[in-house]
Amino acid sequence: MNLFILRLLARRVGLALISLLAVSAIVFAITAVLPGDAAQEQLGQDATPEALAALRSQMGLDVPAPVRYAHWLGGLLTGDAGESLATHMPVSEAIGSRLPNSLLLAGLTALISVPVALGLGILAAVYRGTWFDRGVSLGAVAVVSVPEFLVATLAVLLFAVQLRWLPALAYVGNDESWDKVLRSLAMPVLTLCCVIVAQMLRMTRAAVIDQLQAPYIEMVRLKGASSTRLVLFHALPNAIGPIANAVALSLSYLLGGVIIIETIFNYPGIAKLMVDSVAQRDMPVVQVCAMIFCATYLTLVTLADVCGIVANPRLRYR
Amino acid sequence: MYAASSPIRVCVTADALNAMQEPRPVSTTTNTTPLASATGVSPAALGTTDKSCGRPRRPRLGISGWIGCVILLGWLLAAIFGPILINPDAPASGEFQVFGPVSAQHWLGTDYLGRDMLARVLLGARYTVCLALVSTLCASGIGITLALLATVSGRWIDACLSRGLDTLTAIPSKMFALIMVAAFGSSVWMLAITAAIIYVPGAYRIARSLAVNINAMDYVTVARTRGEGTAYIMRQEILPNIVGPMLADLGLRFVYVVLLLASLSFLGLGIQPPEADWGSLVRENIGALSEGSMAVVAPALAIASLTMAVNLVIDNLPGRSARGGK
Repeated sequence: MNLFILRLLARRVGLALISLLAVSAIVFAITAVLPGDAAQEQLGQDATPEALAALRSQMGLDVPAPVRYAHWLGGLLTGDAGESLATHMPVSEAIGSRLPNSLLLAGLTALISVPVALGLGILAAVYRGTWFDRGVSLGAVAVVSVPEFLVATLAVLLFAVQLRWLPALAYVGNDESWDKVLRSLAMPVLTLCCVIVAQMLRMTRAAVIDQLQAPYIEMVRLKGASSTRLVLFHALPNAIGPIANAVALSLSYLLGGVIIIETIFNYPGIAKLMVDSVAQRDMPVVQVCAMIFCATYLTLVTLADVCGIVANPRLRYR
Repeated sequence: MYAASSPIRVCVTADALNAMQEPRPVSTTTNTTPLASATGVSPAALGTTDKSCGRPRRPRLGISGWIGCVILLGWLLAAIFGPILINPDAPASGEFQVFGPVSAQHWLGTDYLGRDMLARVLLGARYTVCLALVSTLCASGIGITLALLATVSGRWIDACLSRGLDTLTAIPSKMFALIMVAAFGSSVWMLAITAAIIYVPGAYRIARSLAVNINAMDYVTVARTRGEGTAYIMRQEILPNIVGPMLADLGLRFVYVVLLLASLSFLGLGIQPPEADWGSLVRENIGALSEGSMAVVAPALAIASLTMAVNLVIDNLPGRSARGGK
């Protein structure tokens, strides 16, 4: 760690914060400013001007958009995210009750998929060109190039309908025992893992292969080192940066996958809440969910960059 | 052909002369070599050797590439001519059967309302294939145009465009689509525009990184010195040299758009009933999943075959180096 790296990291984090601010402006513009008059839409065409004006001032639409944006952003930062149009519950309450479920799903998925993907990716890179590599790569391409919902439906068909091992719906109650919770989580986690593992495996394999083609690896081979030693002590330390990068980036794919998976399995998570709110055009909830997802995404992408910077020996020993 | 056969540019004047004397043919090594080095792939990987210098490079697709091409062409034809050939509302003779099995009359069985599944899939092809194609072409077209503009214009325009589009990439694609649907509804045009907006930044980023490398070439400098206008340099000097990799990128982007639109439809937020693309077909008939009915398997297979076909073609393109990166 030296000053140069710290400055680079600070720059990167600052950039992410600015991006987040810009994203919030875009989200607000798309959901609250561009679609036109929300009060008009709610009351219909034949509303009296008085009723319209009253609703507008009630919804706070009578102030200019930048002021509304500032107010919204302030509310978001202080945890007061407004009220849902559909249920008239505070948005923070609706989200607070579902966020732990989503985090549980994402956490379990990451816990399982990272070791599996890294293992398979490294093995595929080491045994490049063999049948093992071809099989794994073909499987990964197949999973990546079909939509998540297809993987999920096939998994339901296989494990829930044909083999009857696992329940097809994932409901997590509060008073369920642990093994029951885990059983009901198995299907969503399994399908999410398929998608994430495929992404991560491809990137890991590419990163390790990139290292294995470097001239110093040939030197190590000429020196007579065993292939285990070659991979573990020579190639892997150099590939850690790209691999960490790949892990963080793949986990950001989780955000897209989770939207589909939670809907299919009717899982009471935050992505399901977002999809339902979009269908009901419940803007306050949509805005907050979108901001949570974008913030997570930006965090993961920034983390990927940070890993790349920290693990780069050329920057470390400058 | 001094410059053409030597990968290292030793002497500027030789290049300059070469560029001034003749219009540069697009498909010789002169142009693929800088491209190859720009994307980190040796010229041999692009399928060009010194021997093929001067002769136009033929696409070598290989068997799997051609299989992909055939499937792709089949779906394209189905999307264009399917609705003309098959009338989905034709009264089904015989008894009405929900989730009917595969038969001579209904090649793919029937759906949850007893409609012929083959007709539904062919009609869905129009939405899935054509809509995605239109969005992809828009996204890549706009992306390339902006990238060329950013490359040849000053630093200010470049910085503004790059930062602005980078901000868009900070929103995950599905999230952006959901926000757009929440705000503007999900008409067919809105979906096309949404998908196009989502994939402009990716196309822009790749096109710009390619164009910046070309822009540093001597023949571009020569063209500038010659007094050519900005539009000429964009169109005649840079564009022909980035078209190859951008085509591969276009295919990849097409796959992303297909998956995105299908996912949206699957969530019930894409194409609205009674119209249906393949995503909505899977959603409609998901009830038949437990029976393993063709009604849910057929559209799912259709999506898979389309995306796999595109992947096969791209993987076997000579300039596959443009792959990767979203």
